[in-house]
Amino acid sequence: MARLVVVGASLAGLRAVESARRAGFTGAITLLGAEEHLPYDRPPLSKEFLTGDGTPKQFRTEDALRTDLDVDLRLGTPATGLDPEQRVILAGDDPVPYTAAVLATGATARTLPGLPALSGLHTLRTLDDARALRTAIQPGSRVVIVGAGFIGSELACSARRMGAEVTLVEAAHVPFAAAVGDELAPAIAALHTRHGTDLRCGVTVTGIDGDDRVRAVRLGDGSTLPADVAIVGVGAAPAIDWLRGSGVKLDDGVVCDETLQSSAPGVYAAGDVARWFNPLFGETMRLEHWTSAAEQGGLAARNATDPAQATPCTLVPYFWSDLYDSRVQFVGVPTADEVRVVAGGVGEDTLLALYRRDDRLIGALGVEQRRLVMRLRAQIGKRVSWNDALEAVAG
Amino acid sequence: MKMHIDTDVCTGHGVCEGLRPDVFEVGDDGIVHLLTEEFTEADRADLEDAVDQCPTQALRLEG
Repeated sequence: MARLVVVGASLAGLRAVESARRAGFTGAITLLGAEEHLPYDRPPLSKEFLTGDGTPKQFRTEDALRTDLDVDLRLGTPATGLDPEQRVILAGDDPVPYTAAVLATGATARTLPGLPALSGLHTLRTLDDARALRTAIQPGSRVVIVGAGFIGSELACSARRMGAEVTLVEAAHVPFAAAVGDELAPAIAALHTRHGTDLRCGVTVTGIDGDDRVRAVRLGDGSTLPADVAIVGVGAAPAIDWLRGSGVKLDDGVVCDETLQSSAPGVYAAGDVARWFNPLFGETMRLEHWTSAAEQGGLAARNATDPAQATPCTLVPYFWSDLYDSRVQFVGVPTADEVRVVAGGVGEDTLLALYRRDDRLIGALGVEQRRLVMRLRAQIGKRVSWNDALEAVAG
Repeated sequence: MKMHIDTDVCTGHGVCEGLRPDVFEVGDDGIVHLLTEEFTEADRADLEDAVDQCPTQALRLEG
């Protein structure tokens, strides 16, 4: 009997299960989740989960998964290996055989080497992490956040809303350069300074002091910041350690072809772990974005269960961040020959910028430009020319 | 087929509009509005994609 095994019960894994059923797959489906929780939405964990009432946003009930989608749901069951010869995934007590598989194990929070295990020292990736932070951050807490990327920045906003005193420490001279390019990274950093958040760039962290709990964060310039809570937000690494030695080709992710198939026949990948060739941009990419996980989860499952009709993954990357009262949105890729600001500017309330490579539009950044950014995403997907894009935003 | 938009949940990402600009539009109020409610089976796959990819899970397709 056909069996689809989906490894990872977060957004990509959930969308994989849903799409397989919707596409008419009638075989067995096993969904393996490392966490004990039903699939929940991660973006709110750094935002309204902390500032609101602390209720996780669950995608589906257990009954909907087990009964409506007829899924063999195994939570608290991390995968520990994969044997492409035997076509089994190792998880729990018994190997799980598959005829098709979708690997969607996501990513884990990176940390800094040599940090002691102290109470008050946190990272944020999972619901349990967010619950711990929600308890730790109190009005008047001194919170030092290491890393001013999206997680660190959103946490800075939330912690301030929770009444904490926040210092945001970033090793690079400007945060967000990898996400939106060097030129406009200052536009995002400016949101912090406009709202009075203490952002210190070009500063490394050399250590964290404390006995049983965090007392201070030591900086490379010799100073120390007193801290009740220290949060390390220095990015995430694809959760692929469990695949080492399996024969599945890895390179900062699971290496996939255009259709998201890995080097192992019948085994596909989706979401944060998938490194695939995106024909739309002619480059290999790995994305840690919400919409990519949703889109790839569905596509990987359809391709895995009907490989004869497999279609390439040609998505246009999209990520957003809500910082203070501003919605930041980026579509496409930031490595451009030219970046042109077409509305607003750095340090202003709004910004719209277009990114050009050769004679094509390949990216767009918007701050409070909700009406335009997604129209540009569609245009990028259609390989619109630079001149046509400029005309469209001018009109 | 009927498309529901939860206007309390929608924050105007516009992913749906990017997929089907003839169906969805982010308005000046910052949330998405339907431009049509007349759908055929040919629309189903796109509408399902819009539901699946909505970052705030504001869309629901009925029927």
